[in-house]
Amino acid sequence: MNAFSYARPRALAEALRMLRNGAVALAGGTDLVGLMKDGLARPQSLVDLTGIEGLRGWSHAKGRGLRIGALTPLVELETSDALAKTMPIVRESLRDAATVQLRTMGTVGGNLLQRNRCWYFRDEGTVCWLKGGSRCFAIDGENRYHAIIGANECVIVSPSDLVPALLAYDAEIALTSSRGTRRMKLADLFIAPHGKERREHSLRPGELITEVRVPEAALARRGTYLKAMDRKAWSFALVSVAAAARIERGVARDVRVIMGGLAPVPWRVIAAEKALEGTTLDDASCADAADRLLAGATPLRDNGYKVTLARELVRRALRSLVA
Amino acid sequence: MLRGPGATDVALTVNGESVTVHGAPRRTLLDTLRETLALTGTKKVCDEGTCGACTVLVDGRPVYSCMTLAVACEGKSIETIEGIAKDGELHPVQRAFIDADAFQCGFCTPGQIMSIVALLRENAGPTEDDVRRAVAGNLCRCGAYPNIVKAGVSAGKRR
Repeated sequence: MNAFSYARPRALAEALRMLRNGAVALAGGTDLVGLMKDGLARPQSLVDLTGIEGLRGWSHAKGRGLRIGALTPLVELETSDALAKTMPIVRESLRDAATVQLRTMGTVGGNLLQRNRCWYFRDEGTVCWLKGGSRCFAIDGENRYHAIIGANECVIVSPSDLVPALLAYDAEIALTSSRGTRRMKLADLFIAPHGKERREHSLRPGELITEVRVPEAALARRGTYLKAMDRKAWSFALVSVAAAARIERGVARDVRVIMGGLAPVPWRVIAAEKALEGTTLDDASCADAADRLLAGATPLRDNGYKVTLARELVRRALRSLVA
Repeated sequence: MLRGPGATDVALTVNGESVTVHGAPRRTLLDTLRETLALTGTKKVCDEGTCGACTVLVDGRPVYSCMTLAVACEGKSIETIEGIAKDGELHPVQRAFIDADAFQCGFCTPGQIMSIVALLRENAGPTEDDVRRAVAGNLCRCGAYPNIVKAGVSAGKRR
């Protein structure tokens, strides 16, 4: 790890001032410290955000939606019985995310901004396309865990468990910098690397995610999160799916299906959701939705299994909404 | 206050005692415990947050000390395997590990025990599944898991 200077301010304004001057934000450190140990991040200075008041915890004001502070440790969301009543999919998505230790350290903002797990990207000695090199080594190499759809020059997959769950409930985020605050759809945070965009997130220099908001209307949905792993614990998703819908007299409304582990961004196909609208989420409708979600999929040498896995996960998740 | 990149003083509470350690901000809590404070019960194995051997408690919660910067623990309370026995009496989880034969080589054991100590503070009567989930972030290459789970459940009962 390179040498760096460090500060842990209490005031958000002080943290933003440091970020404007090029400091890198540290929260739980579960991703950043690993990137630094591997020489993939070499910050000159770190600004530790964990001393800042007011960005931790969650609240639900009836009628005004759910607000989750970006510095909330994942374990706090996972273990809150009150949140499990308000938005059960959050606990469901976090229960099998990493380990107790990593959920204790890791924060919501850090989870949204975690970098991909491609082994070529993570290898310090490999200058892959995403790191400024000329080619992606996974496309013709070892690609069991890589993207089957939605990829351009780089076949990484979106790794987060929490993100698909939040997207299925139309989450938005607030971003703050020393220039002010902006809001955007959480979905717009994610970039499938392409052309000059050799990055996974649209965060601008000097910006921080300060909170996640879920609109009140979305909280009326039923939702579920399913995750396929190589083993039963401590593994990133091979494929995951977050599905949500409002069920009215057995019929699905406002259907959302978001997939992780499949594409460089959380994978969503509006046409698949539209086709499920007004159905009973029967097997035929689920199969049709899976066709639309996976249309144009181009599996690589080692990851054709993801197509089969994705189809069945989509069916199970949607069926569970009407069970 | 900007600190580093050179060595800086960091005030910690380790196993109930206030200590000030001197080190660069890039120094991990794990290296600080083992090399500066000679608390070598906390093990260094993967050093990248993928094995759990370095698990300690920070303000009562289990974390990987290899992925934690010591400087970020200023003012916090650290508990390690050396601090859980009291007055020469093993902690109930340590006693349960011996009784259940819950280790072979023993290298992952301090981390396993700290994870279960943290669990029992939240949940005094854990089920087998609760214990399994609590130690899912602690790899045991000998495969002592069945007896680790038994030890966790029986430690809950004996407290």
